[in-house]
Amino acid sequence: MTAAMAESASFANIVRLAGVQKYFGAVHALRNINMAVGRNEIVGLIGDNGAGKSTLIKTITGVHKPTSGRIFVRDKEIDLDAYSVGKAHDLSIETVYQDKSLGEKQPLWRNFFVGRQIVNRFGFIDVKKEKEIANDILLNTIGFRGVGISVDSTVQLLSGGERQGISIGRAMHFNSDLIILDEPTAALGVKEVRKVLDFVRRIKESGRASIYIEHNLAHVHEVADRLIVLDRGEIVAEIRPSEMTVAELTKYLINIQHER
Amino acid sequence: MKTAARSRFARIEGLPIIVVSVLIIGLFMITAPSVFLRPEIYTSTMLSTAPPLILLATGLTFVIAAGEIDLSFPSIIGFSGCAFAILFKLHGLGWIAILAALAAGVLIGFINGVLVAKVGIPSFIATLGTGFFWNGMATFWSGGKSYALRGVEDTSVYQILVGNLPIGDPATYVWYSQISVQAVWMAAIVVFLWFVLNRHRFGEHILFIGDSNDVSRVVGVDVDWEKIKLFTMMGLLAAIAAIMLTLENRNYFGNQGQGYLLTAIAAVLIGGTSIFGGKATIVGTVFGAVLIYLMEPGLVAAGATAETVQIMRGLVFLIAVIFYLFMDEPARRRALLARFMIRTSSGPAKPAGERPAQPTRGS
Ligand SMILES: Nc1ncnc2c1ncn2[C@@H]1O[C@H](COP(=O)(O)OP(=O)(O)OP(=O)(O)O)[C@@H](O)[C@H]1O
Ligand SMILES: [Mg+2]
Repeated sequence: MTAAMAESASFANIVRLAGVQKYFGAVHALRNINMAVGRNEIVGLIGDNGAGKSTLIKTITGVHKPTSGRIFVRDKEIDLDAYSVGKAHDLSIETVYQDKSLGEKQPLWRNFFVGRQIVNRFGFIDVKKEKEIANDILLNTIGFRGVGISVDSTVQLLSGGERQGISIGRAMHFNSDLIILDEPTAALGVKEVRKVLDFVRRIKESGRASIYIEHNLAHVHEVADRLIVLDRGEIVAEIRPSEMTVAELTKYLINIQHER
Repeated sequence: MKTAARSRFARIEGLPIIVVSVLIIGLFMITAPSVFLRPEIYTSTMLSTAPPLILLATGLTFVIAAGEIDLSFPSIIGFSGCAFAILFKLHGLGWIAILAALAAGVLIGFINGVLVAKVGIPSFIATLGTGFFWNGMATFWSGGKSYALRGVEDTSVYQILVGNLPIGDPATYVWYSQISVQAVWMAAIVVFLWFVLNRHRFGEHILFIGDSNDVSRVVGVDVDWEKIKLFTMMGLLAAIAAIMLTLENRNYFGNQGQGYLLTAIAAVLIGGTSIFGGKATIVGTVFGAVLIYLMEPGLVAAGATAETVQIMRGLVFLIAVIFYLFMDEPARRRALLARFMIRTSSGPAKPAGERPAQPTRGS
């Protein structure tokens, strides 16, 4: 993390994709994707269900290997054959997924650290320290006070909003340079949505970057510097929210759909 | 607060099976006091013949925790035991025979892991296949014969791995002079594996894999490699069990592992490890194994036949699985209660176990 921060002055884009294609068998999920995210830019990614938004970010985070194309992180090309979720973490890229990214039956403290546990050199976990930090994230970063949730609670007992809070708290704690949010407000109440949007703003203020996937146009419009529109695996438009109101944006997107 | 006290109580690992074991052993003390009120049943009998079962069940706890199963371990016992017996008896290789048997277990387990993780065969099918294969190989190699290891008591292999602890005078038959060496090995391995499951990165990964393979991949667990390690570990434990069995019996025979398939799986599930994976208890497994083991002398002392023992084991197994199913799955429990028209909450609020369905596309 710190090494990544130290280099931060020397790059223009935190991530850049060049000619990325992804097939799932016969399904052509991503078609020739070219895009870049500046190092202090909030990019909103919008598009219909099945457009390929989740697939796109999963190629960036090392979950899916692109069928072809190149990915650059901090302007340096990464070796896609050796790329993995762990490597993405090392490169300080963090994701809050739309669908479950938490172990349901596992306690919260394990969920905060799984994949990058605090261990001794034999691989045994420092449970006390992990629990302490997890407790701190719970109280101070996420703000779960007096709601009967402790670091020993299992995820299956939490509401959708609380789960999102856990994932976001995890991303905040690990202090990533690029935080990817895949529909973090899905199934959240009004108050929780506010919290998430505040969090996205805080990403911007702290000098970091974010890719923010969202179906609610008002939400992305509010926080994004730039919007990328994906349709059937292809980038079909790039929009600056400052140049359009939400109503104009909605109309514009409907028009694009009709034209294609 | 009632819930706080209850949750602290419930947090004792393996609590339900501990209570049940104590009750059943207490019952046996009443029905067969001549057997169960004397220390020998626990020391000389149980501690010398139960270690293989406990080791196998402990290994299977990891496998089941990961949401997988290994049906091949009885055949690993057959093959590793065969490797040991033949190299030891016919070739006089001593400790090298031990290493060869362990290596055979590791190799077979590794192959299981590759078939499951890399080739992608469901573990149920893969290990059924390899089980047949290695059982056949063992019969082929041994020619279907059994190998009596006469005079093995005088070798260092026997004295270090099995036999009795050198305390007290064995000729006097006091209970503590009857404690077996393999029980000490078994205890050390089980305690170590408890730490691995609950305190080590590998154990945590196994629990997350059992929870969900997809979630594990997303958080950066190398699912394939951890599964290969998992099956390899099971192979190694089966090989250790094979060596203990062969030495303790001073005899190898091809079917020596077959009786463990159901008992070891039963011990794990009776102990409270979830059949759906993601949740496991080694303490529970050890008590489950002890219970499954003691049911035989307990029932036989009460006049039951071998068939009755099987029937009772099957019953206890099923009752335990059903019990945990409803303990662990609040939604299921509520559905059952609702079916019997028992209202657990006031008002028509929908049960907390039913959450709004999340879109699962693109996972
Ligand atoms: N692992 C997979 N295997 C096969 N096909 C997949 C896989 N993941 C995604 N797809 C397919 O790729 C296409 C894009 O899916 P993706 O999940 O990226 O869409 P999305 O834009 O995130 O949609 P939503 O808004 O519903 O989340 C869909 O047709 C989907 O069915
Ligand atoms: Mg999606």
